Amino acid sequence: MSETMLTVILALVKCVFSLAFVMQIVPLLIWAERKGAAYIQDRPGPNRAHILGVRAGGLIHTLPDVFKLITKEDVVPSHVFRPLWALAPIISMSVALVTFSVVPWGDQILIPAEIAEKYLGTTGPLAVNLQVADIDGGLLYVLAMTSLGVYGIMLAGWSSNNKFSLIGGLRSAAQMVSYELAMGMGVVAMFMTYGTTRLDTIMQIQSESILNWGVLLSPPVGLVAFILFWVSAFAECNRNPFDLPEGEAELVAGYHTEYSSLRFALFFMAEYANMVVASSVTATLFFGGYNIPFVNGAMLREHIDLVLIAIGVGGGVFFLFAASIAFGRRKDPFYAAMEAFKGPRPNKLAPVGGLNGLLYRALHDDTLRQHEWKIFTAIWAGAAAAHFGLIGLGAMNIASGMPLLTEIIVFVTQLNAFVVKVLFGCWMFIWVRWTLPRFRYDQLMDLGWKYMLPIGLVNILLAAVWLLIDANTMRLYAAIP
Amino acid sequence: MSDVTPAIKKRKLNTSESIYLVEVLKGMAITMGHVIKNIIGELKGQSTFDTMEYPEVRKPVNDRFKGAHRLTTRPDGKYKCVACMCCSTACPAKCISIVAGEDADDPIEKFPVRFDIDMLRCIYCGFCVEACPKDAIRMDTRIYEINAFSRQDMIHTRDYMRDLMAGDKPEAEQWYRENPQHSPEGFLGEVPPVIP
Ligand code: SF4
Ligand code: SF4
Repeated sequence: MSETMLTVILALVKCVFSLAFVMQIVPLLIWAERKGAAYIQDRPGPNRAHILGVRAGGLIHTLPDVFKLITKEDVVPSHVFRPLWALAPIISMSVALVTFSVVPWGDQILIPAEIAEKYLGTTGPLAVNLQVADIDGGLLYVLAMTSLGVYGIMLAGWSSNNKFSLIGGLRSAAQMVSYELAMGMGVVAMFMTYGTTRLDTIMQIQSESILNWGVLLSPPVGLVAFILFWVSAFAECNRNPFDLPEGEAELVAGYHTEYSSLRFALFFMAEYANMVVASSVTATLFFGGYNIPFVNGAMLREHIDLVLIAIGVGGGVFFLFAASIAFGRRKDPFYAAMEAFKGPRPNKLAPVGGLNGLLYRALHDDTLRQHEWKIFTAIWAGAAAAHFGLIGLGAMNIASGMPLLTEIIVFVTQLNAFVVKVLFGCWMFIWVRWTLPRFRYDQLMDLGWKYMLPIGLVNILLAAVWLLIDANTMRLYAAIP
Repeated sequence: MSDVTPAIKKRKLNTSESIYLVEVLKGMAITMGHVIKNIIGELKGQSTFDTMEYPEVRKPVNDRFKGAHRLTTRPDGKYKCVACMCCSTACPAKCISIVAGEDADDPIEKFPVRFDIDMLRCIYCGFCVEACPKDAIRMDTRIYEINAFSRQDMIHTRDYMRDLMAGDKPEAEQWYRENPQHSPEGFLGEVPPVIP
């Protein structure tokens, strides 16, 4: 295999992976949004759709959702400006996906020389950067791409040719432009402190120690920059409390009023993809990205067997706990309560025969829920067993003898750390949305221009002062080859 | 008297409120508290939710709840109703229609040949129950899901109302299919007669 071929294939694999990464989290987030909202409001949330009794806590609901969106009629109102109208959701979605390409999701994978030479035809070992595009202006690219996102919304608002959409688009434009400034100010302070805009270098600096993580750098510059960045990220993603562009009380649905079917789904998914991207950029800039606190890649590689044992014990205990809960629930007291509350007779509308009747009984059969807990018990007990198996692998020092296996374990571990951070960030988006009311428009503008922008400017000044008086950040930067 | 609307006085925000972040975090702590409470409840199997899983779990209704009507019977299985028309007279919605018949073998003699209540017009006032001298009609079934796929099915007929509480009755439509002789006019595909 030639070098170029290898590069192209690697690039393709990485592209697919990063696309899949964002697109896999999106349905999960839609579920988390609905379930999180429900739990915050003391209701059970989605819990009906199931496959053979397995409801997976409502996760299955995403399937019918997708099916519904795909099969719905795609209504094109006669008054829209068709070309731009069709283009807008595509812009929204692709901008969200493209931004992720500069985010590194793992340490370099070092494929050892003998394997690389034998199977991949390289000379010497092969180092794979786990990042689609390691460009010099990584951070600037993120800023540039997020500001392109406003086009999707503005074009949708304008080409929909109705006043609600137009006002939604206008609001969105004003809001995004205002908060881009605050976000930019936060980022400027950060890349002054890091001394680079390359995200992989930033990651290397943060790998050194937990004290090098963005939020803790030259206090309080990192922290303030994080708050600025995070608040602006809410505004950029059009999430509550900054979701004025789709303020449903006054604007119907804002810029996506006229969209239906998959076009609407694109906007909908773009919102969640944006959240994923915002969370991953924040994790990379401020929270050490794929780094596990106190443990960096080199340490992981050195003590790979210990790592295996730790994962085995942690995962094993967790899944054993989960399995024990599921086992305890197999005879759920809820079902007894259900019986006690049963009305004088079953729902009159229950079709008694045929396929409908079968479906109805499948849906309303209480034993199906007990059945589900049994399935969970089996799955989680299996997972626990697999994790305890990992302990054995670690104890036998298998991984340390196999460099490629070591790399894979390190990759998976660090990817998990990254995913945990990203998911927590996304949960923050959801959490805040169901906690806070929406800002009024003037409050929104006040916050952006009168408070966040000046704070950002002062923060930049502080960062400069830190650079002058403290060589610490400079030293760290110099230490990276 | 001035007709100027007085301006609403706004409370001045204190320091922690005016920088938002502290209050935001407080609010988030409250919502997270609910999430944790509900997750623990779920894991324990003790629902902490404010809502019920409706078709399976129903809100228990009061004993005096006015549900669907039923017709009571005497020990020999005949209707208590003597077709005196008190209920249909009392009914403010005029939704009861009774056709009286004569049973020569019975000392009571009169009985309802037809007894239809149009549940779409009924306002569940309970006057029919109050008016009845024979305790022949009651609304104590606690059935509040009175629904059907057609208007015809919403007319509850005599035997349907008699059997309402006898065991688990299927929906009206099913019952009428099994007992076509009692089905309302126009049911089962017949064209309803045009009333001049
Ligand atoms: S409840 Fe009232 S409206 Fe309904 S049938 Fe009886 S008297 Fe008529
Ligand atoms: S139900 Fe009662 S009030 Fe109505 S006709 Fe029969 S006996 Fe009379």
